[in-house]
Order: sequence, then C-alpha cells, then structure tokens
Amino acid sequence: MSFASFAEFLAMGQHGPYVWSAYGISLGVLILNVALPLLARRRYLQEEARRLRRESKS
Amino acid sequence: MNWTWFHKWGSPKWFYEMSGRWVFWLALVAAVLLPVGLVWGLAFAPPDYQQGNSFRIIYIHVPTAILAQSCYLLLAVAGVIGLVWKMKLADVALQQAAPIGAWMTFLALLTGAIWGKPTWGSWWVWDARLTSMLILLFLYFGVIALGQAISNRDSAAKACAVLAVVGVVNIPIIKYSVEWWNTLHQPATFKLTERPAMPPEMWLPLLVMVIGFYCFFAAVLLLRMRLEVLRREARSSWVKAEIERQLGGRK
Repeated sequence: MSFASFAEFLAMGQHGPYVWSAYGISLGVLILNVALPLLARRRYLQEEARRLRRESKS
Repeated sequence: MNWTWFHKWGSPKWFYEMSGRWVFWLALVAAVLLPVGLVWGLAFAPPDYQQGNSFRIIYIHVPTAILAQSCYLLLAVAGVIGLVWKMKLADVALQQAAPIGAWMTFLALLTGAIWGKPTWGSWWVWDARLTSMLILLFLYFGVIALGQAISNRDSAAKACAVLAVVGVVNIPIIKYSVEWWNTLHQPATFKLTERPAMPPEMWLPLLVMVIGFYCFFAAVLLLRMRLEVLRREARSSWVKAEIERQLGGRK
C-alpha cells in the first residue's frame, strides 16, 4: 500500500481532483460503451419480434 | 497454404455463432484485469518522485492512447480487406470499431489534459503529439460521418475504407512525434526493444491495464458487430431462427 490512510488515498497528495475526475469520467465512458450496444440489441430484438408477429398474422 | 480459415470470415452466420463464445471469454478477462490493474495502479504503485500522485492518470491515459491507435490500424486493415476481397464483415468491423476508437481517443486527450494541468501547468498545448492525436479524433469523426452520410451500403463501405487507409499515415506521425519535434510530451513507456525506464512496481499494473483494455475493446467490438450482422442479414432464415431463439429464451 502506498498510502497511510484512506483520507490520504482520497487526497492523492493535492492531486485528488485531477486523478479522480480522470478516473471518474473514464469509468463513465467505459460503462456507456458497454450499455449502449446492449440496450440497442434488446431494442432491436423487441422490434423484430413485433415485426415477425405482424407478418405471421397477415 | 490452406485458406479455409480466411474464407470462413466470409460467412456472417459462422462469425455470429463463433463470436458469442469469444465475447464471453474476452469480457471475463477484461472484468478481472481492469479492476486488478485499477486498484494496483491507484493504491499500491509507488508515487512518482517528480509528479507525485498525478502520475496515476497514466493507468488510463496510456491504455486508451494505445487502443486509439491500434483501433485505427484495425480500421485500415479492415479497409484493405474490404477493398481487395470485398468481404462484407470487414465493413461491419470498420463501421463498428470507429465509434469505440473515437471514444478511446477522446479519453486519451481528456485524461492527458487533466494530467497536463498539474504537470505542465496547462490543459492544452499545441504540441506535436497532442495535435496529431486531435487529428486522429477528427479522422474517426470523418469515418463515422461518411459511413452515415452515404445511404448505399457498398458505396459507403468503399468510401470509408479509402479514408481509413489514407488516414493511417497519421499513425507513424503520432508515434514518432515525440522524437521528430521538440515536445513537452514524455516518450513512450513501453518499447519492444528495451526494458521500460520505470520500475516494475509502476509498469506491471500498466501492462495489466493495457491487456485489460484490449480485451474490453475486443468484447465491445464483437458485441456491436454481432448486432450489426443481425441487422444486415435480417432477411435470412438463420437470423429469423436466432431472433425466435433469443425471444423464446427470455419468456
């Protein structure tokens, strides 16, 4: 461990805002990159299901 | 030489069936490596003797910057394959990799700016490395915009492939910018021919993060490509069967 306490870990030796904003934004972007394709896939499957049902009726 | 392995990639059905398993394993490796590298880099690596703790931004800055360039190389390779062999999957890969590459370039620029403020005293300088990375971001935007602007799929594929191949000239410029011009940016941490100048306590977590980011990128790319393959092949019987199967499994 390179820090003596949790408060010191959060402070990052005066560089806290820089380090944590960089990590926070990056984490957000990574989550976005996973969530968007998964949501798009679900939406697509639902749309296709509706289309298939419509076509089987007519 | 036996070329069957190459011809298999011409079949969207084969790709769809195989990639399901690949996504699972790549996502698993990324889900293990990224948290390990993150905690190791943030809490256990020693602080830099000059930069203090701001240097910890390296653990996302370097992996995203490496990915941004690797992804563009992938675009160019997919472009050549698409132009020469007219392989449809190459265009799928090119279109789906471009947004991820743009996000990675954005992250590399943003974390670089956040790192630059306490280290150089400025968010942005018109330095050769920074400027060439900004051009890379615009190249990604160009590929994405071109792909969406042309409604004919084959014409769009050809135009994007040409842009991707021409734009690859920027990659060696990024790589050697720190050597060709006077720059504030420090030289590369990892070189193929030499040991890193950092101690192993610092570069080992970085290596873990880089491999983790590669797996993450590959998993997300396959995820996006699988959806695009379903969309493009929507009229074929195997896609209909697959959609039925997916919906049946959820009920």
